[in-house]
Amino acid sequence: MTELSKTGAAVGEPTSASPAPNSFLEVRDLKVHFPTDDGLVKSVDGLSFKLEKGKTLGIVGESGSGKSVTSLGIMGLHTAGQYGKRKARISGEIWLDGTELLTADPDEVRKLRGRQMAMIFQDPLSALHPYYTIGQQIVEAYRIHHDVDKKTAKRRAVEMLDRVGIPQPDKRVDSYPHEFSGGMRQRAMIAMSLVNNPELLIADEPTTALDVTVQAQILDLIRDLQKEFGSAVIIITHDLGVVAELADDILVMYGGRCVERGPAEKVFYEPRHPYTWGLLGSMPRLDREQQERLIPVKGSPPSLINIPSGCAFNPRCPYADIPKDDVTRTVRPELTEVGGRHWAACHMTQEQRERIWTEEIAPKL
Amino acid sequence: MTTQRTSGRRKQALAAAAAVAGMLALAACGGGGNSSGSKDGAAGFDAGNNKVAQASLVKKGGTLKFGGAQDADSWDTTRGYYGFMWDFARYYSRQLITAKTEPGKAGAELTPDLATGLAKVTDNGKTYTYHLRDGITWEDGKPITSKDIKYGIERVWAQDVLSGGPTYLKDFLDPKGEYKGPYKDTSADKLGLKAIATPDDKTIVFHLPKANSDFEQVLSLPSASPVRQDMDTKSKYGLHPFSSGPYKFQSYSPGKSLTMVRNTNWKQSSDPVRKAYPDKITLQLFSDANQLDQRLLNGDIDLDINQTGMSPQGRTTALKEHKANLDNPLSAYIRYAVFPQSVKPFDNIECRKAVILGADHVSLQTARGGPIAGGDIGTNMLPQTVPGAEGQKYDPYGIAGANKNGNVAEAKKALKACGQPNGFSTTIAVRNNKPVEVATAQSLQASLKKIGINAQIDQYDGSQSPGIIGSPSNVKKKGYGIIVMGWGPDFSTVQGFGLPLWNSKYIAASGNNNYALINDKTIDGLFDQYTTTLDAAGKAKIATQINHKVMEGAYYLPFTFEKFINWRSNNLANVYTSDTYNGTYDFVNLGLKNPK
Amino acid sequence: MLAYLIRRLFAAVVMLVVIVMVVFGIFFLVPKWAGVDIAASFVGKQADPASVEAVREKLGLNTPIYSQVWEFFKGIFVGRTYSGGGDVTHCAAPCFGYSFRSEQAVWPVLTDRFPVTLGLALGAAVLWLVFGVAAGVLSALKRGSLWDRGAMVVALAGVSLPIYFTGLLSLAIFAFGLKWIDAQYVPLSQSFGGYLGGMILPWITLAFLYAAMYARITRATMLEILGEDYIRTARAKGLKEQVVIGKHAMRSTMTPILTMLGMDLGALIGGAILTESTFNLPGLGRAVLDAIRNQDLPIILGVTLITSLAVLLANLVVDVLYAVIDPRVRLA
Repeated sequence: MTELSKTGAAVGEPTSASPAPNSFLEVRDLKVHFPTDDGLVKSVDGLSFKLEKGKTLGIVGESGSGKSVTSLGIMGLHTAGQYGKRKARISGEIWLDGTELLTADPDEVRKLRGRQMAMIFQDPLSALHPYYTIGQQIVEAYRIHHDVDKKTAKRRAVEMLDRVGIPQPDKRVDSYPHEFSGGMRQRAMIAMSLVNNPELLIADEPTTALDVTVQAQILDLIRDLQKEFGSAVIIITHDLGVVAELADDILVMYGGRCVERGPAEKVFYEPRHPYTWGLLGSMPRLDREQQERLIPVKGSPPSLINIPSGCAFNPRCPYADIPKDDVTRTVRPELTEVGGRHWAACHMTQEQRERIWTEEIAPKL
Repeated sequence: MTTQRTSGRRKQALAAAAAVAGMLALAACGGGGNSSGSKDGAAGFDAGNNKVAQASLVKKGGTLKFGGAQDADSWDTTRGYYGFMWDFARYYSRQLITAKTEPGKAGAELTPDLATGLAKVTDNGKTYTYHLRDGITWEDGKPITSKDIKYGIERVWAQDVLSGGPTYLKDFLDPKGEYKGPYKDTSADKLGLKAIATPDDKTIVFHLPKANSDFEQVLSLPSASPVRQDMDTKSKYGLHPFSSGPYKFQSYSPGKSLTMVRNTNWKQSSDPVRKAYPDKITLQLFSDANQLDQRLLNGDIDLDINQTGMSPQGRTTALKEHKANLDNPLSAYIRYAVFPQSVKPFDNIECRKAVILGADHVSLQTARGGPIAGGDIGTNMLPQTVPGAEGQKYDPYGIAGANKNGNVAEAKKALKACGQPNGFSTTIAVRNNKPVEVATAQSLQASLKKIGINAQIDQYDGSQSPGIIGSPSNVKKKGYGIIVMGWGPDFSTVQGFGLPLWNSKYIAASGNNNYALINDKTIDGLFDQYTTTLDAAGKAKIATQINHKVMEGAYYLPFTFEKFINWRSNNLANVYTSDTYNGTYDFVNLGLKNPK
Repeated sequence: MLAYLIRRLFAAVVMLVVIVMVVFGIFFLVPKWAGVDIAASFVGKQADPASVEAVREKLGLNTPIYSQVWEFFKGIFVGRTYSGGGDVTHCAAPCFGYSFRSEQAVWPVLTDRFPVTLGLALGAAVLWLVFGVAAGVLSALKRGSLWDRGAMVVALAGVSLPIYFTGLLSLAIFAFGLKWIDAQYVPLSQSFGGYLGGMILPWITLAFLYAAMYARITRATMLEILGEDYIRTARAKGLKEQVVIGKHAMRSTMTPILTMLGMDLGALIGGAILTESTFNLPGLGRAVLDAIRNQDLPIILGVTLITSLAVLLANLVVDVLYAVIDPRVRLA
């Protein structure tokens, strides 16, 4: 534990025995289930991780892997907009700076939202209210948590816009979202998220809707801001490339669970889960010819209502038959440590995986 | 699936209609009362039919409230043609002579009004002389003179400006149309009509180029009312006629409402006819007949100015719950089908007879609304209010007797005589805006089928009648062999009813009313003879003869002698029907029991 | 924004001219083709050919159609004088025609009837907006609840029950049955209480129909809006749920509602024929109904024009409001 705190990076197996963690953010056995007419959708099914201030965690997975629900769960927004539907069930523990969010008074959690934890969404055009100016929206975000007049708040908004690199911020503050370019919108969104100096910033696919060149700028911006504000950052993405240079740690999700996690360089250079291999294979890289074919993960993501028994990835895993006794299809693999702070959940032996990685996968990448 | 839905919808609609009817009935109960009459003050069923209801209970004062679904065509005495307008006009206009304010037959007799007596007729019925009463005044207090009467009558000649009203005066006094009307009159006083002389302010003399025994009838119409030249607003006169009667216009908003208040310059002593009981008379117009009926049932309104009977829904409720408030008089309207002779084979009298004999007269009566709401089965073409009428006693085709359910054998015999033993095809023309007439046409269609006559029904735009069935060339072109129509007299004589229908001179290229295109020298001759016959008995005899001639020609299939169901409120007093107003209430002397 | 307004205004004026021409065509050309003599229909029972001709001259029916249209247009701006048979009738500007049936200029009739209809439409609109939108929002927030189902059943009933049913029913119960109110129209200038008494049932009846529609639309729109990303953003900011719904979601929900409101008000101002005839309100709708019954063409023409104008104006207002609410529209 001490070692973890020192490095700050955050992916040791947390023990649910310890009641009040000393990490800044600690998620323990988080489960988010949605009852529907077709059955129980287990969007997140037992997820745990830690994150320290000033560090960045990348949560990677396909759509439907549960990564977005995780972030919404932390924000307390997993039930929002669910009027009249059967309520989502959430269990586990989310500790933020010493407060357990799931058992806290909802209004207290609301007050933390936007101030202590903020979020950036995938599509800034739809995530910003089309009828209000950028300035109005930032001012509103600021004034919820700061008892200041509109003028002060607007000055703050201009300052933030300036900080995120929007030219002529004093003019653009009165523009509407549709008058901004995609990149500018995301900058504005970031400015809005950071207006209250949050200690935790969750960026849910922050660059997916943007051009490649703009993507890099936005990622740079997030990194710079993180340094400046010293926040903890969670970046949620389906694209390992996005987090490659940004994240300290990476958590790979599949079927609502974590299948591999560890320091970024470990996950990138010594991945120990076939799904991670697949993700790496499908990652577009700047050092490769655009035309070169990506190797996608075959098959489609699992149904979250009927998660395959055994290893959730087994129907798509080319190596599912390597472990004996059909164990891949009957027993759910647990996360096991495969190196320093590096964990993976696979029935294959360490050696088998190491061999496949070095001999079959890595050369093709 | 679709049909199921439709039927579901229809059921819904039916249920809704039933619920509404139920609610209305319930609401009507709230109005209180039963049919016995005495408890809630209603006078009793038919209490005002040809007799006076609550005559002794009338008190002076209060507001008499009329309702209506239809505004007058015009309140200008020269321009109004609706029956109720003529009835109502007596509140604010006086004539030389007018109808007696008595129930039934007596109401059709004439009595002096502005004049001191009925006319002194000289020169073989071609000169009529009247002297004016003293104390007759306009609403500003100035005396009414013979010149005002002459000017008022002259206005009838200005048809280009004052269209709409009856033109009998013009036809009787200046049949050649030599006078051009007061607005084109070049004489200084605008009194250039030669047929009327006003030797002094109190004397007026009419010189008819040709005698007409109905002249006094025509003089009793509102179109013979005085109009003062300086108050003549020409085409806009109807918005505020200058009063010579006991009431004057206070406000009038066409299609909405009319309020009349006492004309303080009218002197009771100068008027032997009008009693002027209420202080105020209001008319409220409704665009929905059901609304009007509700207001009547609710007691908010005293009577319906239109006097054409209640709507089916209101009628049902009223008959059930408030029979004592109803009168069921026989009107002067006849409902009938007429056969244009220009459309083959109706040029042949036998084919016309076939239709008359073959029709099921009972079901036609039922289609008209049955014996109470519809009327008696019509057997001839002379309304019972007209002197010389015989009612159902004259029934040359056994319509209400032997053949009342349609005589197929006789009809087929007639068809054979007509040269159409296997029947023929024809078209029934009916106004599309009169549901009852459409139902009647359908009933006729059904009974004609039994004798092999295949009739199609053509529903034409009813508001365009003058241009459609009033155009003989159009009738011929469209092949309208049977036209469903109705008619009521302008005044209660055979001329007032039948002249435009039966006289060959009245066949016109448009606006024609002689739909049958009757061109019978005998009938024309009888009308001529009538005009010079001055005694009442002689006139009645000729009327009977004309009626017989028309029936013998088999130009018409009468459906009903129409009956109305009219409402009078509990508070209405001195109520009676009058033949001069075709069996509807005489308005002018209505009063209230309890002036509110 | 200004350019947008000018463009809209210009389009509206062009539309108005087109409407006048079309309406004119319908009223004066179609009868001609159908072989109906308009002049004859203005004259009474015993149509005297001379009087038909005179009316024809007075109405200018013997002049070519384009000059009739031109005279009509001119009349709107400078007034018009009708003369014939020694009678001169002046119709002051704005002259929308002259009714020879009731001997009044059309414009005063319209201005006399208009406030009644406007009062009816506005009063009902306030009611249906308040209740319809509130019910819709509540239903959306409590989707699937007993309240939601109940409200939607009532709304369905409201939408499918015709005015003359609900109108007559309410009259039968409250005016004739319980006698709580008189339900007779009294002008506002005469008595406020009387006005309310006369208008309350029409308002409620009309509002019931519309509230039902608005509740359904509000509910559907609200549900859609609540799923929008920017609502999630608003929550992520830490806004209270009331503010999220009341400010962020409502503003977007109002857009389609305002569009509908504009159209509905426009149409209603043109004459709520059923309501006005059921409750005997002397508004434009009744005027046109009576005019149709009396073949009073100038009035029908005038009301049709006013109706079109009202709808046009309502459209314009909606367009402007749209731009005020939704900044994106200003670009279009």
